[in-house]
Amino acid sequence: MSETETRENSSQTPTPASVAGPAGPSGQQDPSELIRPRSLTGNVLPKWFLPATAAVGVVVGFVISYLIGGQSVNYALWFVLAAIIYVLLSYLVTRQQLNKRKATDGLWRNLVYVAFVIALIPLISVIWSVVVDGFQGITHSSFWTQDMSQNAARTREQAIHEGEAPMGGGVLHAIIGSLLITLTATIISVPIGLLTSIYLVEYSRGGPLSRGITFFVDVMTGIPSIVAGLFGVAAMQTILVMGNQLGLWSYTAGNYSMGITAAIALCVLMIPVVVRTTEEMLRVVPNELREASYALGVRKWRTVLKVVIPTAISGIAAGVTLAIARVIGETAPILLTAGTLTRVNWDMFAGSMMSLPVYIYQTFRYPFGGPGELAYLSEQRAWGAALVLIMIVMTLNLIARIIANVFAPKKTGR
Amino acid sequence: MSKSITAKDLNVYYGDFMAVEGVNIEIAARSVTAFIGPSGCGKTTFLRTLNRMHEVLPGARVEGELLLDEDNIYGAGVDPVTVRAMVGMVFQRPNPFPTMSIRDNVLAGYKLNGARLSRSQADDIAEKALRGANLWNEVKDRLDKPGSGLSGGQQQRLCIARTVAVEPDVILMDEPCSALDPISTLAIEDLIAELKEKYTVVIVTHNMQQAARVSEKTAFFNIAGTGKPGKMIEYDETSVIFNNPSNEQTERYVSGKFG
Repeated sequence: MSETETRENSSQTPTPASVAGPAGPSGQQDPSELIRPRSLTGNVLPKWFLPATAAVGVVVGFVISYLIGGQSVNYALWFVLAAIIYVLLSYLVTRQQLNKRKATDGLWRNLVYVAFVIALIPLISVIWSVVVDGFQGITHSSFWTQDMSQNAARTREQAIHEGEAPMGGGVLHAIIGSLLITLTATIISVPIGLLTSIYLVEYSRGGPLSRGITFFVDVMTGIPSIVAGLFGVAAMQTILVMGNQLGLWSYTAGNYSMGITAAIALCVLMIPVVVRTTEEMLRVVPNELREASYALGVRKWRTVLKVVIPTAISGIAAGVTLAIARVIGETAPILLTAGTLTRVNWDMFAGSMMSLPVYIYQTFRYPFGGPGELAYLSEQRAWGAALVLIMIVMTLNLIARIIANVFAPKKTGR
Repeated sequence: MSKSITAKDLNVYYGDFMAVEGVNIEIAARSVTAFIGPSGCGKTTFLRTLNRMHEVLPGARVEGELLLDEDNIYGAGVDPVTVRAMVGMVFQRPNPFPTMSIRDNVLAGYKLNGARLSRSQADDIAEKALRGANLWNEVKDRLDKPGSGLSGGQQQRLCIARTVAVEPDVILMDEPCSALDPISTLAIEDLIAELKEKYTVVIVTHNMQQAARVSEKTAFFNIAGTGKPGKMIEYDETSVIFNNPSNEQTERYVSGKFG
C-alpha cells in the first residue's frame, strides 16, 4: 500500500461525508482538507475515550508489573507501564481513527499530563510521609508543652531502665526560638527592604546607585545561606568587640552564639526577597494615581505613604509573608549562629537558641538514649517538628492570601 | 478665588528637546479656554506646565514666565506643591484612588495632606464638592462604597469633585471626556459651564465640537513636524477660531482639511 493510499484511507474512515462528499475520492489529498475537513461531524473521538484508555493503561500496567515482579506489585513499574500504555494507545487509536495531526496533538497533551503527574509525586510523597510520621510525634502529650531539658539530664542507662514511659520532651523551645528569631529578622528586614524598594521605584531616576542596588540585590538572592550565617557571626563579633571597646557591654570574645546573631544572618537572606517583591508591587501601581495625588497639592512622601503603599499593600504583605516562609526553614545559618539548646530561651541577646530546623537535625542525628532501642522516639519528635514547620509555612501562606484579599483595592461596590 | 493665567515667551523642554516654543497667552479669570490641535503638538505638555505637573518627568524644565494673577509660578523660591494646590487638574482617564471610599476620594486633598477635619466639616466639604460636580444625587446613599465601583462618567465627575473640594483657583482638564460616552460627556460639559462661575477652567480636547460648545476662547496648537517644537498658532474668541480664523493652518484644522 503506497503512502498516498494510506492517508486517503485514514482520512476517509471516520467521516461518512468524505465517502459521499461532492469531490469524492480523488487519489490526491487536497491540502486544505488538513485544515478544513469535509464534514463537521466525525472529527472527534467520544468523550469517554481518554478516561477509558487511561483505565486500560492502569489495568494492563498492573497485570504486566504483577507478572514481571513475581506476583508482587511494584508501584513505580506499575506507574511507568500505565503511563506508557496510555500514551501509546491513545496516540495509535487517534491516528488510526482520525488523522496524524490530531494524534500528534494528543500525544503532546498526554506527555504534558504525565509530566504533571510526575512533578506531583514527590510533592505528595513529602507531605504524606511528614504527616504520617509526624502525626505520632505531635500527638505525644508532652510535644507542645515541654522542651528537651529533662531528657538531656537523663543518662542512657536511666533511659533504658525507665523505658519510654517517662520519656517526655517536646519542641516548645524550638518553636519559641524559631518564632523569635524569624520575628526579629522580619522586624529588621522589612523596613530596610521596603525603604530600599521605595527608593528604587519612587526616588531613583535610573542612576548608577539604583543600578548598583539592583545588581547587588540580585547577587544577594543567590548567595548560599551558610555564607549568610558566616556574615552574621562576623558582623556580631565586630559589634561585640566595638561595644566592649566603647564600654557599652562586656562580652567574652567569641561569645556570639545568640538569637540576634541568627536574626542578622537571616536578614541577609530576607532583605533581597523583600526588596524584589516590594519593588515589583510598587511598580505596578499606576502612575495616574501618583499624578492624581500630586495634582491635589500633596507632597511626594505623603503620596508614597498614603497612596502608593496602600494601593500595593496586599502584594507587599504577601511578599513579606513569603520571605518569612523562606527563611523560617533555614538550617545552616541558624545552626552556625544560634547553635543548639535543650531548654526554652526567651532572651535574644544571651545564650544559644534552638529553632525547629536545627531541632530536626539535632534530634535525627543525635537521638536521645543513643542510637539504640529508644531512638524511634527521637525520630518521631523530629518528624513532628518537621510537620510543625510545614504547618507554620502553610499558615503563613494562608495568611498571605488572606492579607492579599483583605487589603486588595476594592473592585466592586456597584 | 479665581485667578488669571499669563504666559510670557514660555518654552518647555524635556532634557534638550524643546517640546513647546514661545507661548504667549492671557487667560482671563472665570472663563473656559480650550486648547485644540493635532496629537503631539504640545497642548497637554503646555497644560501640565500650568501647574508644574510636567516636572514629575525627569529632565523637564521651562523657560519664560508664567503668571498666576501677578505671581510667577516659576519664580525663585516657589514650591511646585503649593502651585498644584492652587491649580487643580483632571486627567484623561478617571483615576479615583482605588483604596478609598467615594467620600474619602472627595476628601483626598485634605486627608492625604494630613489635615484634621471634624466629622461635620468633612461631611460639609464632601457634600458641597459632590453637589458641585453634579454627583451628589447619584452617590449620596453609598458614600462609603469604593470609588472604583462607579461608572466611567461618574468616576470622572468624582475626580472633578476631588479637585473642586480643595478649592483651587484654576482647574485644568486634560481631555476629560475622551474616555466617556456621549451622555457622560454631556454631564461633564454641563458641569464645566457651571464651574466657570467660580473657577478659571482650561480644557484640552480633541473634540472640536466640544471646544466650540464649552469654551469662550480657544487656542490652536500645531507642530511643524516630528522632532520640532509645538507652537501656539492662534488664540482668539472661540467663535472667531471656528468661523473666521486668521491663520490658514487653523482654518484647515477646524474645517477638517487635515489632522
